[in-house]
Amino acid sequence: QEPETIPQVNLVPTVALLLGVPIPYSNIGEVMAELFTGDSDAVSAALQQLSVYHINAKQVDRFLQSYSLVAQDLPAEQLQHLQELFSSAVEEHTQLLTQVQGTTVPPELKPRLGSLIGRFQRYLREARAVCTQSWARFHPLRMVGGCILIASSCLLCYMASELAVSSQSLCRSCLLYPLFWGPVGAALLWLVHVFTQEGLDLLLVSSWAAAASQLGFFWHWWGQHLKRARLTGSQPPLASGGLRQRLRAWLGLAFPMGILVFRCGAMFSDSFVVAEARVAPFLLASLVMLLVGKLHWDGHLTVPEGPKQQLLGISSYRREIWYLLCLVAMLLVCVRLSSFFHQCREEIPQCRPSVFLSPLASLRNTRAKNLFYLLCVALLAGLVYAVQSWLRHYGNLNSSDPLVLFVRWGFPLVVLCIACYWAVASSADDSLGKLQELVQVAVVVFPRAVYGLASMGLLLLLCNPMTVFAKDTRESAGSIVTPYLGVPGSEVDFLHVIPQIYKRMQESQKSRLERGSCRATVAAYGLGSVYSAALVIALTLLGFLLMLLHSERLSFAFLLLFMEAFVLLHIHTCARGLAGDAELFSVPWYAVISWLLAASQFFYSTGHQPIFPAIHWNAAFVGFHLDHSTNLLPAVLVGANTFASHILFAVGCPLLLLWPFVCEVSTSQRKKPKKESREELQEVEEHMMEMRLRESPEEFSTALLRLGLKYLFVLGAQLLACVCAAMILRRHLMVWKVFAPKFLFESLGFVVSSICLLLGISLVMRVDCAVSTWFSQLRLR
Amino acid sequence: MREAEVRRLLAANLLCALAIVLATLGPALLLDGFSVLGTHLTWLCICSVCVATLNIILHLVFKPNQSPKRRSFGHKISRFLKCCIYFFMSCILFHAIIVLYGAPVIELVTETFLFAVLLSTFTTLQCLCLLGPNIQAWIRVFSKNGAMSIWESSLQITSVCTILGAWFGAFPIPLDWDRPWQVWPISCSLGATFGYMAGLIIAPLWIHWNRKQLTYKSR
Repeated sequence: QEPETIPQVNLVPTVALLLGVPIPYSNIGEVMAELFTGDSDAVSAALQQLSVYHINAKQVDRFLQSYSLVAQDLPAEQLQHLQELFSSAVEEHTQLLTQVQGTTVPPELKPRLGSLIGRFQRYLREARAVCTQSWARFHPLRMVGGCILIASSCLLCYMASELAVSSQSLCRSCLLYPLFWGPVGAALLWLVHVFTQEGLDLLLVSSWAAAASQLGFFWHWWGQHLKRARLTGSQPPLASGGLRQRLRAWLGLAFPMGILVFRCGAMFSDSFVVAEARVAPFLLASLVMLLVGKLHWDGHLTVPEGPKQQLLGISSYRREIWYLLCLVAMLLVCVRLSSFFHQCREEIPQCRPSVFLSPLASLRNTRAKNLFYLLCVALLAGLVYAVQSWLRHYGNLNSSDPLVLFVRWGFPLVVLCIACYWAVASSADDSLGKLQELVQVAVVVFPRAVYGLASMGLLLLLCNPMTVFAKDTRESAGSIVTPYLGVPGSEVDFLHVIPQIYKRMQESQKSRLERGSCRATVAAYGLGSVYSAALVIALTLLGFLLMLLHSERLSFAFLLLFMEAFVLLHIHTCARGLAGDAELFSVPWYAVISWLLAASQFFYSTGHQPIFPAIHWNAAFVGFHLDHSTNLLPAVLVGANTFASHILFAVGCPLLLLWPFVCEVSTSQRKKPKKESREELQEVEEHMMEMRLRESPEEFSTALLRLGLKYLFVLGAQLLACVCAAMILRRHLMVWKVFAPKFLFESLGFVVSSICLLLGISLVMRVDCAVSTWFSQLRLR
Repeated sequence: MREAEVRRLLAANLLCALAIVLATLGPALLLDGFSVLGTHLTWLCICSVCVATLNIILHLVFKPNQSPKRRSFGHKISRFLKCCIYFFMSCILFHAIIVLYGAPVIELVTETFLFAVLLSTFTTLQCLCLLGPNIQAWIRVFSKNGAMSIWESSLQITSVCTILGAWFGAFPIPLDWDRPWQVWPISCSLGATFGYMAGLIIAPLWIHWNRKQLTYKSR
């Protein structure tokens, strides 16, 4: 015989009443009255059970009444019915109690006890049913529709990124026309709703518009595919390659995509979501090691020493492999060190949160506090020094543009403000005494100064992102200066003018004679890294802003973030160079996946977890001492704090495309000067570094588009996994603690990452516009 | 001739697998309180020693790819010392990589080191036995179309399967099943062992299935 099952919520009032404490306010369970009988006879047992049911029913009634005053999701007529049930049962109970004297009960009241107990039970069960019906309600159709929409968006991104978008018509038909299908679909839906007189839901309208535009894309893509198949003629299909060829093609793709599959699969298990702080670095390390292994397997890391050795199969490692191994070791060390900054979740009881998360003000030991403070300030100064020396190395710090002046003097000023703010914020409250008002003012002024400086820097970056210094030797010699007006007065005036005339004649003679060999040119310093320089400056400014919003010692984590991003870019460049990949305009999948894994890794390593108790609410009060008047500003500050790594990695995504150009990955080993890059305008010489991107502007913009689409595909795959997990596991025990918060954080992170990706790509396009205007100005002169 | 070679390979691999099985079941009869999960470190040592001895014996008996040149005793001693040094270095390297992957740095050092020793036994010792302390040969074998004999193909497959098994063995660690084999490093070392045994069995089968496509360059 099966044991009786009771809902879990029934435990709450039972245990509360057994312990003698009040039943919790929002309980909707029914007390298990069999436990309240004692060993007395049936009648007093029934009386005791009645009193227990009365208490429970009163509690549930009070809860339902106060709930209905605040929210309106419970239907009013059902509440009315429940209210009537309750009041009639209570009335009868009080009536019964007056008729009972002591413990003696008149025999005619005995059947009434049983029926009264039944009425109380009915009331409690119906109340629970009404609540369950309205609260634990899911819309399965909408959930499935949303999943399908996200899945088709991912498929669209994948297909669009793999399209050979070389022809303009393909671009226009596949990417522009579907934009018009969207509003058409929305209009159709509006018409349908007008006819059926149903209410219009904004969510439904936007999802129909999205579905319509996706349908448009697939329609146009299929048309183009058929057209291309007809054009190429009767080529034998792939079937001749057989199973082996197809297996090999799949295996080639399996290497980076397998890691993505594991990452998405880990979203379906609550243990892996809880331990994701350790899963993301593990997968990143595996991806990088697999990359090295694959390069080794394909023979890209070795070079045969000579023809005789090639025959024998003896080869030795290239010299660049030591560089690559150093980079991989540095990456693994960064990944391992970043695990010291994790915050804890309550699902892991033996976890200890990192010591670096608490602010400096909470340290008791003044020596340790001073040491950490000095280290943090040194880190900030080191970051500024590193960025400035990188820019100087590539020649971007030579000009006297406002932006370069800001990099030279504004960055140290920002560091000074941050250091002062940290000093004031971490000082003990009671040690300053009279300076208390000054401290209050300083705690507000310094962060606002940083905000102002950073926004000024970003504005300067947007207005004039060129960090190029042009030395024009074509300028004509200055006009002749005469100390007289009109007619020369005396011989002394001639003596002043004649040397200038002679110098002029000499120069023009020289330039005419030397026309063949040395011509007057424009030397541009820093042109070869102009795109990356703008991105690096933007990332540094954002980094300073985000470091201000975190606690002081998390600047170590940010340093690790910048180092790891730098190392990843160099590994990518090195692998590109070793593999001899001639196609520099496309970013391979492993680079994008590793960039996103690093973004997830640093979400955890900047002291965050995808749960609500782990949000750093203090970030809303950096620079604002008292309460906020609106909700927008603190939301922006807390959001920027939470998604700091998403913002930095998304804005820095175009660096994946630009870095191989900056580091001059060349398949033919040419040695190029590193200090400056010269650009000659008279001759068309081979373009160097990032100017190769301008050789074919269409390919450049296509490359940016494809990189953005790949990034969105990987982000979308992760989001799809979270959404599917939340949908499939909606009745799981841990859904409200693990899967639902993870879904919320992942979707917000997706929105933030997409916006910042667009901002990063538009910054690169802004720099492109500025470079074009610069070139045209130069030609005009 | 090829068939006989494949059969010898199969016999050698089955002997290795048998050695591992013996190392697991044997000491339970001799030592009391021994179990793979309970006294895991002991099992790691015994397994590594058994596999190492069997491999060395097999290498001395079968002697594949041995050049017929007679070598002096001193040369043999120096080769032996070089092998020992390479083995030790590979243990240290594996230990460092495992720590960088997420193993605890200061705690459980013995466990991590013995796991590294096990991995080295399954991978580096095979390389040393087959190819000798010759880095050039190792580079050549672990690249596409680099295997020059059936033994080297088998070496490729067993090494890759061992590493894959160890990698997959890390997946059960975060799960909250509270099983005794989720303690570090039991799941990873068991995964490496299963991977090695699978590689030992798969290698002759794969070579037999692909015997028409495998063409080895003759030296």
